[in-house]
Amino acid sequence: MAGYILKRLITAIPVLFGISVIVFLIMALIPGDPATAILGSYATPENVARLNADLGLDKPEWQQFFIWLGNMLQGDFGRSFQLNRPVLDEVLERFNATLVLAGTSFVLCSVLGIVAGVISAANQYGWADKGITFVVLLGISIPSFFLGMMMILVFAVNLRWLPASGMWPIYGDRDLWALLRHLAMPAFALSVVATGVIARLSRSAMLEVLRQDFIRTARAKGVHERGVIWRHALRAAMVSIIPVLGIQAGFVLSGAVYIEVVFQWPGIGRMLVDAILRRDILLVQGGVVIVAACYVLFNIVVDVAQSLLDPRIKT
Amino acid sequence: MSAFFKLLARNRLALGGLIVMTVVVVLALLIPVLPLADPYATNTGNRFALPFSEGALLGTDHLGRDLLSRLMWGTLLSLAVGFAAALVAATIGSAIGITAGYLVGTRILRRGEPLAALAHFAVGYGLGTVLLLVLGALPGLLTFVLVAAATGIAAWALARTAIPVLGGARVPLAVCAALFGALIAAALGAGPIITPLAIAAVGTLLLLLFYARMDVDNGLMRLVDMLMAFPYILLALAIVAALGPGLLNALIAVAAVNIPFFARNIRGITVGIANREFVDAARLAGMSDVRIILTEILPNVIPVIVIAMSTTIGWMILETAGLSFLGLGSQPPQADLGSMLGEARSALITNPHTSIVPGVMILIIVMAINLLGDGVRDALDPRLKSGALNRPLPATLVARDRAPVPAHNDGILTMSGLETQFHVKDRVYRAVGGVDLSVKPGECLGIIGESGSGKSVTALSVMGLVASPPGVITGGSVRFSGEDLVGAPYEKLRSMRGKSVAYIFQDPLATLHPLYKVGDQLIEAISSHRSIGRAEGRKKAIELLEAVRIPNAKSRVDTYPHEMSGGMRQRVGIAMALANDPEVIIADEPTTALDVTVQAQILSLLNDLRRERGLAIIFITHDFGVVGQLCDRVAVMYAGRIVEEGPTKAILDAPQHPYTARLIACVPELGEGKRRLEAIPGLPPVVDKLPDGCAFADRCDRVHASCRQGDIPLEGNGTRAVRCLFPVNMKEAAE
Ligand code: SF4
Repeated sequence: MAGYILKRLITAIPVLFGISVIVFLIMALIPGDPATAILGSYATPENVARLNADLGLDKPEWQQFFIWLGNMLQGDFGRSFQLNRPVLDEVLERFNATLVLAGTSFVLCSVLGIVAGVISAANQYGWADKGITFVVLLGISIPSFFLGMMMILVFAVNLRWLPASGMWPIYGDRDLWALLRHLAMPAFALSVVATGVIARLSRSAMLEVLRQDFIRTARAKGVHERGVIWRHALRAAMVSIIPVLGIQAGFVLSGAVYIEVVFQWPGIGRMLVDAILRRDILLVQGGVVIVAACYVLFNIVVDVAQSLLDPRIKT
Repeated sequence: MSAFFKLLARNRLALGGLIVMTVVVVLALLIPVLPLADPYATNTGNRFALPFSEGALLGTDHLGRDLLSRLMWGTLLSLAVGFAAALVAATIGSAIGITAGYLVGTRILRRGEPLAALAHFAVGYGLGTVLLLVLGALPGLLTFVLVAAATGIAAWALARTAIPVLGGARVPLAVCAALFGALIAAALGAGPIITPLAIAAVGTLLLLLFYARMDVDNGLMRLVDMLMAFPYILLALAIVAALGPGLLNALIAVAAVNIPFFARNIRGITVGIANREFVDAARLAGMSDVRIILTEILPNVIPVIVIAMSTTIGWMILETAGLSFLGLGSQPPQADLGSMLGEARSALITNPHTSIVPGVMILIIVMAINLLGDGVRDALDPRLKSGALNRPLPATLVARDRAPVPAHNDGILTMSGLETQFHVKDRVYRAVGGVDLSVKPGECLGIIGESGSGKSVTALSVMGLVASPPGVITGGSVRFSGEDLVGAPYEKLRSMRGKSVAYIFQDPLATLHPLYKVGDQLIEAISSHRSIGRAEGRKKAIELLEAVRIPNAKSRVDTYPHEMSGGMRQRVGIAMALANDPEVIIADEPTTALDVTVQAQILSLLNDLRRERGLAIIFITHDFGVVGQLCDRVAVMYAGRIVEEGPTKAILDAPQHPYTARLIACVPELGEGKRRLEAIPGLPPVVDKLPDGCAFADRCDRVHASCRQGDIPLEGNGTRAVRCLFPVNMKEAAE
């Protein structure tokens, strides 16, 4: 197992390198001059040239790439000129908030989605199945940012149950309860689409598995139907559900951008959108690379989980 | 095509989606002729008018612009962009997918090709440039030589270590190419641009492909994987960041992030098609690859592309709306639905209607498209058409229209008049058409017949294990110790499964759960009927494995089914059947998947167990050789009914039914029935169109006109019975 993990980590290196090349190349395409963007259009040419030299922007692109890559490997992602603080500090702080949000949503959508899918499959064509199918359809059709806005309208403005925005109360204690109250709406709104997708997939994976011979064997042994569904069928269906969980994690992370904007969540998605609109290139580069790297690592975790779950996979 | 639309129309949800979409699209296309207000005309005096106010059916927004008009234009824009993105993604993605799938196994580079030399050259050039720059770009002679030597050695080392397959003869080629590249780099000096780096990157990629012997498929899919390593929004954001905000750029970003999805899907399908005969035939006929792809592959792939498009288009509309919502898509004053929502957000609390109007519109459109997409998928996907994806219920459905006849026999397990049918759409397959059978404790009854004769369905009907739908037990009874099991409540049936009547199935690789250890599966068989502790269960599991003569039972409990041999797996299957000391074991072709030696071992094991434990065994097979070794009595099934029954020896010596006689003649030697029933000319009748009279008539060489008139009863004297008007071997049987 340790060897397998190591192997997967090593194969991640070219992927990470590829990602940084892609990010750098896309950013290199950006027209215009960051120094002008920083100093404003009234800056003197001398000042622009000096700043460009300071930023290392006077060197050829490929050198910039290696300097950037080398610095990154040493943990130096540069400084955000807009925020005037190290990119890494900003990104890590923001990423933390995103992880809280996206992590909660991911757990929520995995559990809800799988349970809904299993119930749906176990009662195929029954009322539970029809109800779940309808809710799932609604869930994958509604834009999450619109859902979030409507939730704010109902639960924060009209019913005054939950705070409308932010991660922490402006005044008051920063305790778990406060966090949960702030987290409830955005986490739910973010999980809806993924829940729908996972439920759909779990349903069809379960239907596929339920027709297989070993299910008949379990029944012939006298295993109770509950055990047949949850122990035998679900366990086998998980083999095809888990990879989709990995993909959905990417979707949850992506959807977090909208939800962070709607709920004013201090996460990395909102930071990236702002950075793009302000052309804070180093911040965009650093943010994208770090999130992508985390996602790659997460997918390795998914693969490892998959191999733990399925003893037939050679490790 | 018309069949497709008929199927689509039958799906009411999809039809609803289609109608909604048609209305939306028609309205959107009619915009120029509709009496709508100017969507860009601001009127700050009339801001945030409520819906149904005068002159503005849906109210106005924060600049006093007419919401209805903006909604219509926004819808048109969102739809157009969504469809365009889907089309672009589908075209590019499918092109990649088809190319990759069609060229599986076609190497990008073959050994010794000039491309490989070029790749070495590129690496040498890149390395050389980098080295030059590291050394400070001195264009002196010394640097010149140094760089050439260093990169040459580096490239040579790369070539040597990367792949041992590289034969000695090719190393000089590699080194020469690399050295030449390095020299050129040194001669040109350090180019201040990104080119040497790009050249080296391409070269490295080519080298990797060359040494890893990657095929086109592998290479393309690696790239797709790389793109998929991003959460899609990051890629979209990066693209928008590079190109600048704007609706067209949002379209490009959304299309780009969806290309991998199409590429993966279409590749999978193409791989399957590219191996089919008609493609081989086209290749042999000398058609070019491009023509094969266009005329043979593409038509078969298009339905899948359509499915993939119809199920993702809604998603793409959402994504585009999302980018616009963030302010990265359409720029004011132009507005699609997403940016309408984005602009309205600041007034969410005071004037929610400006948000609700575009939001609901997106919901309606995407939902209609999703419904329609699902309908298209169901109508095009042949797997769903046949209804094969139905889940089997916990127990077979029972629909007996008449009360079962009383049992005629006093065995421990007695079937009388058992009828099981498969109801598929409007057709009824009579798999089992009135079977009477009975076993006594300690007895082994063989049921023999060709595949499709109904022998397995008979066996599965006993404990309600026939997959249902489509299976239905429509008549007769199955009595265990006098108690009728057909129509018994589920809990009753469950408590008897495995405990009173246990099963052994044919292919233990498919019938054992692949993800649980065999020990745990054995313990589960016990714990389903009585509570048992962890340690005791494990002890019992080891005992069971020992009982079926599995060596090293102690270590084997912790193995998975795929780690065992076929014979061992089948022993586990038998151990599982023994777990609760059942009275009856039904073995459904338990030795068919095994080779002859193992087969003999399993048979003798079953025989011993029967003797030791007084088990009643129903043994289902198509092999008379096996029956002869094990069974006391045998029943021959044909087309869902028993055609002959009697003591094994008597039947083997003097079969009376012409079918039985043929079956026996097919067995060359006992226990080696490899030349099986295929040797009988003709096929058994399809059980949804059973002929009148004898079902075997079409294949029988003794057939007479009277055979085809009316039902032929199963008649017999004493221990034997036969369903035939002109039986063979009557004289010997009478003696
Ligand atoms: S009844 Fe007639 S057709 Fe049928 S098996 Fe006997 S002889 Fe042949």
